[in-house]
Amino acid sequence: MVEHIHSDGEEPAVTLDAFLEQSNATAVRLEPDEDARALIPFLDRLALIEVAFPKFRDGRGYSSARILREAGYTGELRAQGDVLVDQIAYLKRCGFDSFAPEKSLNPDDVEAALTRWPEHYQGAADGAVPIWKLRHG
Amino acid sequence: MYKYDEYDHAMVDARVAEFSDQVRRRLAGEITEDQFKPLRLMNGLYLQLHAYMLRVAVPYGTLDSRQMHMLAHIARKYDRDYGHFTTRQNIQYNWIKLEDAPAILEDLASVEMHAIQTSGNCIRNISSDQWAGAAADEITDPRPWAELLRQWSSFHPEFSYLPRKFKIAVIAAEEDRAAMRLHDIGIQLVEKDGVHGAAFYVGGGMGRTPMIAPLIKEFVPLEDMLSYAEACLRVYNRYGRRDNIYKARIKILIHELGADEYRRQVEEEFAHVKSLGIDPPKAEFDRIAAQFAMPPLDASAPDAIDRSDPDFAVWVDQNVAKHKVSGHAIVNISLKPVDGIPGDASSAQIDLMADLAEKYSHDELRVTHAQNIVLPHVRKADLYAVWQALDAAGLATPNLDLISDIIACPGLDYCSLANARSIPVAQKIAKRFADPVRQRDLGELKLKISGCINACGHHHAGHIGILGVDRKGTENYQLSLGGSGAEDVSLGTITGPGFDEDGVVDAIERVTDKYLETRTEGERFVDTFRRVGMAPFKEAIYG
Repeated sequence: MVEHIHSDGEEPAVTLDAFLEQSNATAVRLEPDEDARALIPFLDRLALIEVAFPKFRDGRGYSSARILREAGYTGELRAQGDVLVDQIAYLKRCGFDSFAPEKSLNPDDVEAALTRWPEHYQGAADGAVPIWKLRHG
Repeated sequence: MYKYDEYDHAMVDARVAEFSDQVRRRLAGEITEDQFKPLRLMNGLYLQLHAYMLRVAVPYGTLDSRQMHMLAHIARKYDRDYGHFTTRQNIQYNWIKLEDAPAILEDLASVEMHAIQTSGNCIRNISSDQWAGAAADEITDPRPWAELLRQWSSFHPEFSYLPRKFKIAVIAAEEDRAAMRLHDIGIQLVEKDGVHGAAFYVGGGMGRTPMIAPLIKEFVPLEDMLSYAEACLRVYNRYGRRDNIYKARIKILIHELGADEYRRQVEEEFAHVKSLGIDPPKAEFDRIAAQFAMPPLDASAPDAIDRSDPDFAVWVDQNVAKHKVSGHAIVNISLKPVDGIPGDASSAQIDLMADLAEKYSHDELRVTHAQNIVLPHVRKADLYAVWQALDAAGLATPNLDLISDIIACPGLDYCSLANARSIPVAQKIAKRFADPVRQRDLGELKLKISGCINACGHHHAGHIGILGVDRKGTENYQLSLGGSGAEDVSLGTITGPGFDEDGVVDAIERVTDKYLETRTEGERFVDTFRRVGMAPFKEAIYG
């Protein structure tokens, strides 16, 4: 999986309501209180889902991301907003593959955060093999 | 005892490296306190009134002598020569310097310990029955399941920024020694048609809105336990309230949705989550369970106890419990001497308990949610030697489950949230009822004190509960009666207007006098209260 720090330049994502009303858009933005499952019928025509993190402490977006990946979404899944280096490894595990932090991150710190964990105890949405599976071959 | 393999070591080492880096960035001013706070909390580090407090995890309350010695070492080297055992079977140190925290975590990692997720809005240390693996009444040892939950919940990427903290307890006996139904998830291992499964109680808790967890699922097959927990948590993470910190625990979500609607949502999520392959295979459970095998106890060891020393006999009757293997016993070490601070132990006492565990208890100790220590596997023939050593160290107070075996939070002496002091009240009560004959006559009486409405001292679950509040700038203590954290779980009822520090001690004495006058043969205080109700006690207190 390629992760990159997003820089702007493409067409903006539409809101969930706008998307559901007129669904020819290919990019949609999910707020923390919006139901990711509303997008499930449309996943194969979406190229970008941007999940908003207005406050880094609000963890609803982690579940949104997993739900989308578990439903088979393969397009770009972006964490946008109050995205800090210390949350980035968990975000990635939940299926995010791009990050649009409001305040730019130190690339060395990002690299360190994303390579720190050798393995993982539990399965998530990043395809990592959980430790229990490694233990039993 | 669970032993780390290479994977467990690597995970804890990575965490130490991560946190060391976070501390470095904080000290260099690269991250703000607001950004640092949830990170340090997830590593057990609180900023208290006077200093940082570090809370070290003791998973399901189980530790060996090497780990216990390390706890003494940390108290000696980095703190003021003592530690405080907590109601979640952990230990906390009250006088820690931020810059020492990485070194402490490294010391802990060297003995397979950590402070991971002992705070923060994440899944906390898994708690369990302190007699697990030794109790005569358990259907199985709950700790392998607790360990499985520990690994699943450690660094869980989806559930590290929950609406609020999340506490899980696992028990496997009808007698509830872990306050299971006062947890966010309480799991009781049960047997149906010869097969073990997990009863899930979800949405209990104390705090300012105490609730007893309703039964959400009577029998979850054990091979589905983690998926079911994942489903419970996902519904909470998505729909738990985030607009008000006081309404953010899962108990409020379940109360507002109703248990039936919450169950429906969990079942729907579970049907999906189960397809993800989250539950490890039985081979992984077996690998863990093998490490919790009963130590080699000699079932032909003598069953008789020489009771000729009367002080020893009193201690045996009060603090020693039945073991599942004949010739053996469970020793409960009270950390509640009359003039002490509930749950505190000095480095020397911690070392002594570690030595006794190594010599007499197959190298095992437990921490209890009542802030005591257990030696789970002691030969009855060794009890006298154990008692003598404990007695010489001030650790043989024979008051388990009596009125002076008080649970108390640190209160205003340490805690930045507290409204009132807890420790001096606990000490005054212990002193008032210091006469051991009087305490034993009162029988089982669980007294619990919290210094604020957050209820860390479990006052809602006390047979007698005390809540310290701030009333127009002075400390005031509300009294409640009739709570229980055990299998007869209930929440206490407030007696009426509060008291000052001495007044609450007097009120308790009037309550216990009333009880002695009212009880029937063999009736515990809480049973009498339930039979006769509040009125006679209220009259005794307020006239």
